[in-house]
Amino acid sequence: MSELFDPKRWKPSPLLPRSSAQDGSLVFVVAVLCFLACLTALGALAANRAAHGWTSQLTGSATVVVRAQGSETPDAAAGRAAETLAGVSGVSEARALEKEKAEALLEPWLGHDALLDDLPIPRLVAVDLDPKTPARAKALDAALKAAGIDATVDDHSLWIADIERSAGIARWSALAVFLLIASAAGAVIAFATRAAMAAHRETIEVLHLSGAQADFVVKLFQSRFARAAALAGLFGAAGAAIIGALARLAGGGQGLTPVLPVAWIDLLAVLPTPLLAALVAAIAARLAAHGLIGELA
Amino acid sequence: MRYGRAAEVLKDVNFALAPGSFHFLTGPSGAGKSSLLKLIYLAERPSRGTIELFGRDVEAIAAADRPFLRRRIGVVFQEFRLLDHMSAFDNVALPLRIEGRKPDDYRADVAELMAWVGLKTRMHALPPTLSGGEKQRLAIARAVVNRPDILLADEPTGNVDDAHALRILKLFVELNRLGTTVLIASHDEDLVARSGQPVLHLDKGRLRAFGRNVLAEPGA
Repeated sequence: MSELFDPKRWKPSPLLPRSSAQDGSLVFVVAVLCFLACLTALGALAANRAAHGWTSQLTGSATVVVRAQGSETPDAAAGRAAETLAGVSGVSEARALEKEKAEALLEPWLGHDALLDDLPIPRLVAVDLDPKTPARAKALDAALKAAGIDATVDDHSLWIADIERSAGIARWSALAVFLLIASAAGAVIAFATRAAMAAHRETIEVLHLSGAQADFVVKLFQSRFARAAALAGLFGAAGAAIIGALARLAGGGQGLTPVLPVAWIDLLAVLPTPLLAALVAAIAARLAAHGLIGELA
Repeated sequence: MRYGRAAEVLKDVNFALAPGSFHFLTGPSGAGKSSLLKLIYLAERPSRGTIELFGRDVEAIAAADRPFLRRRIGVVFQEFRLLDHMSAFDNVALPLRIEGRKPDDYRADVAELMAWVGLKTRMHALPPTLSGGEKQRLAIARAVVNRPDILLADEPTGNVDDAHALRILKLFVELNRLGTTVLIASHDEDLVARSGQPVLHLDKGRLRAFGRNVLAEPGA
């Protein structure tokens, strides 16, 4: 009732409607896109970690195939090679693999029943390289030759090149997908912000014609849409973080994590999302408001 | 003046309003009354020619300074342009908020003005709940709350009956007595004739009469 209205107790109401259907749609759309962008970011980080794991496993070791010469037994040749290699700078450890292990490695190709005893199966020496200053294959080869051992050093360079190429593709693909989704999210935030602002055109016109300066109008919309986008970013980031945490928990050492190893620290990557979404929305609102005011002026 | 590439809607319109004067802007529909008002309240720009407000060429005024000029011009829009989500009181207080004034400095003035326009009991009401006449008076109150130097009104009696129209006219005359320059666009010839106030008469975008009230003359 009018009798209840007391001008002395009146407080200015917000210049923009408290909420509208457009704002709800904006929050929903932005939240979904932020969720997808965060999920892709987590995927990109996991892909990067997986690729790093593959290459570091290969670059940290070498395999030496030892062929016995003269009267020296294969086991003795392998032992001497391991001893020689252990003294090379850049080698952490070198150990001769037992005959059984060498045979086990051949089993997938030759089977159980092959006459392995009749075959001149070479002995293998597994070499762990110093991760900081790994010995080069040439240095290992030179040391073996100097010791008079007939051997071939395989530093996995052939595999490493392939694995590194694959890892690079995985890294860049994940990054490209992330950037694509992040830029799509940015574009949609900008579009949705402009669309929501168009719904407030009448209010903008009234403020403008009542003598409001451009900055006065711009700040109203900028802070409103930045808040909406920040809220949406928070929802999206939280959703993605929950999925990431579930993947980490469900995987452990098995399941998903060996393929895409999510680490707990990766979840921190979603933290800037609300801020970034708010920033994009604020810039979009600012440009849109200036555009509308420019049309009016 | 023209909209886009369309034909000119106003041509060879030359006049000067003395400070504190009262004029009606008359003419048939499509004569260019609303367009002329838009030029004056800086919602449109002339395609050629010059508009001077308060002794300054408006085209020479920087965009950042135009809002300050607009604050000296009160406008009663034909379609009211009230903000529906805000109370009547908030709508009237809007120009003062835009000026950056503190509520304590103006709340009593706004309440007094609303009582003056007959909306004392409707201060809390949202515009959609008001009658046409109430909206009209609300729009007038908003237009004059910051004591503008010029008051422009576009068909302010178009949505009200004769009794309300006369009441609104009296309101404008009262404001004019307080020193506000008033220009009212109206096609209500009876009202204009009865007022006896001077007239700017437009027809097909041209100024046909300026000064005397041609509608009040015998045989009009």
